[in-house]
Amino acid sequence: MHTVVCIKQVPDSAQIRVHPVHNTIMRQGVPTIINPYDLFALEAALTLRDKLGGTVTVLCMGPPMAEDSLRKALTFGADRAVLLTDRYFAGSDTLATSFALSSAIAKIGETFGPVDIVFTGKQTIDGDTAQVGPGIAKRLDLNQLTYVSRIAGIDADTREITVERRAEGGVQVLKTVLPVLITMLEGTNEIRRGSLADALRAARAGVTTWNAADAGITELLKCGLRGSPTVVKKVFAPSARTEKAVLIETDGRNGAQMADALIAAILDRNPALDADLRRLSAGF
Amino acid sequence: MSDAPRQQAPAAGRAGMKKELPDRFKSYKHVWVFIEYEHGHIHPVSLELLGEGRKLADKLQVELAGVLIGGDVDELGEAARACFEHGADLVYRVADPVLAHYRNEPYTKALTDLVNTYKPEIVLLGATTLGRDLAGSVATTLLTGLTADCTELAIDDERSLAATRPTFGGSLLCTIHTLNFRPQMATIRPRVMAMPPAVPGRSGRIVDHGLDMTELDIITKVLQFIPDRDTDKAQLAYADVVVAGGLGLKSAENFQLVKDLAGVLGADYGGSRPLVQKGWITADRQIGQTGKTIRPKLYIAAGISGAIQHRVGVEGADLIVAINTDPKAPIFDFAQIGIVANAVELLPALTAAFRQRLSVHRLAS
Ligand SMILES: Cc1cc2nc3c(=O)[nH]c(=O)nc-3n(C[C@H](O)[C@H](O)[C@H](O)COP(=O)(O)OP(=O)(O)OC[C@H]3O[C@@H](n4cnc5c(N)ncnc54)[C@H](O)[C@@H]3O)c2cc1C
Repeated sequence: MHTVVCIKQVPDSAQIRVHPVHNTIMRQGVPTIINPYDLFALEAALTLRDKLGGTVTVLCMGPPMAEDSLRKALTFGADRAVLLTDRYFAGSDTLATSFALSSAIAKIGETFGPVDIVFTGKQTIDGDTAQVGPGIAKRLDLNQLTYVSRIAGIDADTREITVERRAEGGVQVLKTVLPVLITMLEGTNEIRRGSLADALRAARAGVTTWNAADAGITELLKCGLRGSPTVVKKVFAPSARTEKAVLIETDGRNGAQMADALIAAILDRNPALDADLRRLSAGF
Repeated sequence: MSDAPRQQAPAAGRAGMKKELPDRFKSYKHVWVFIEYEHGHIHPVSLELLGEGRKLADKLQVELAGVLIGGDVDELGEAARACFEHGADLVYRVADPVLAHYRNEPYTKALTDLVNTYKPEIVLLGATTLGRDLAGSVATTLLTGLTADCTELAIDDERSLAATRPTFGGSLLCTIHTLNFRPQMATIRPRVMAMPPAVPGRSGRIVDHGLDMTELDIITKVLQFIPDRDTDKAQLAYADVVVAGGLGLKSAENFQLVKDLAGVLGADYGGSRPLVQKGWITADRQIGQTGKTIRPKLYIAAGISGAIQHRVGVEGADLIVAINTDPKAPIFDFAQIGIVANAVELLPALTAAFRQRLSVHRLAS
């Protein structure tokens, strides 16, 4: 079983600050991490390899520094790492990103053996689009299984795979045939800490670096800004509300008095809520 | 839509920034809303989008269409009625037994064929698991732009769709255009657009379209659908009152205080993300950027700091009430009513006071 896991290096969004004047992201000093959802994908791929054998290739498109993330993935136990990096990719939207990644995946298949499953995370924490996985699937003509919470089984002989995916209002159990693209949902599993052997192997393994030509990409018009139909016209910070909360006085009041004051303030602000609350609490 | 949001580009000098709509796209007109129809009902986000789509269509002076895809022609006809009552002028209907359950392959084909045949300039879908699964493949097949998970839509002076969405976990907003390709596609979060009032009896026309695909063409099979029939299932997105707790509650046991208040109010309950990570609540009860967007009439947040990722999920609430021990907590920047108090002590008092008040009312009425 050969799986390719797409990972992205992202700024740790919990630590992001927005420039107060320019409304741009201040990246300086913000640590980068592997997109957390991609780790669920990596873990799923490693678990499959443990069960069925085979290899796990991690693929990342990004600037040269993204090599750090790939090294990390190797220490978690991935077998091979490919960094796709070229200035032609700068400014790619999801359509251009899926083009570059799918081209690289095709090349990985030619170079290292046919790919059975492509994994991605559900979405990234910087872009939050959840569009790159489906884009790759379409471009490689793979069946897509998004928001997968569990791989229920794979039959190596018939090449059938059964998964559970989160749908609106329930869980869908789907069966399809490899090769497929799977986007993994959050919280499905915890990423393992690689073994010492993994760490040693990772140190030796090294990262394969490809530019556009190496990945067999000749249609440069489909890459980067030029290959991106969407255009970001404006970036801005959410408007701060100027009005501050009305604070309920607490001095010298016990809990019951505070509660009464709070309820009075709520109903004072919105008297219509009184009827709503009566209706709801009565269970209508 | 950029998955790696670019910094603000200079206004001129980039080919991509100028609108040079190729001739083949000039005939693209009308606004479409994909109507998510599953298990016998329309997802509310689709009706919300008809309301928003109506505004866009009126501004562009074009028609508003709903797209209904499913297994049963009569059921879809019923659903079409709801679409007309919520603002659609017409409905494109693709009914075929292979479309009975959502699967990416046949739905992508159905929607792509419709777009290629009838050429809409804007296609909107709900940012649900179904909508995002479908939108990504349709946009890639059509090689057009797609903006994910939008919270605001507008038409600019050049008739271009301006789609605004949060990015970097909600720290920034960006406005995205698809200038040189058609259709312009976007997915929109549930509950950020207001539900349009239904106009009973309002009607429109139905255009039927075939699928031209058989079960044999489709590799993926649906084996089972397991509904969230758990009686404790969260209905957060559509709850009128929501009570939520955060790390300030200090322990899983104390979370019961949130449930108690919710119980008395007939409210639904949820929490901040760390509570999901700690296992105090299930993931479907997480409120915020990576959880649910809520739009209740009343939101009570107990022991929640109000980080930006939480804030973007609750901003649509009519009235936000914050209970927090720290007067500098960011939640006081966007709550309308706040109290600097220990939630573990105040919640039981609040529950008791509401219980008394509401039972008195019940006796009186
Ligand atoms: C990519 C990403 C996505 C995220 N998505 C979400 C999301 O969807 N939803 C979400 O909620 N978070 C999300 N977060 C996390 C978010 O950044 C915050 O970390 C989180 O909201 C904080 O939760 P909290 O307010 O419960 O905890 P804390 O930040 O620890 O705040 C606890 C608050 O309780 C107060 N407090 C302490 N004791 C008491 C007491 N006895 N009584 C009353 N108040 C008390 C404190 O003053 C403090 O303000 C996300 C983060 C990232 C990086």
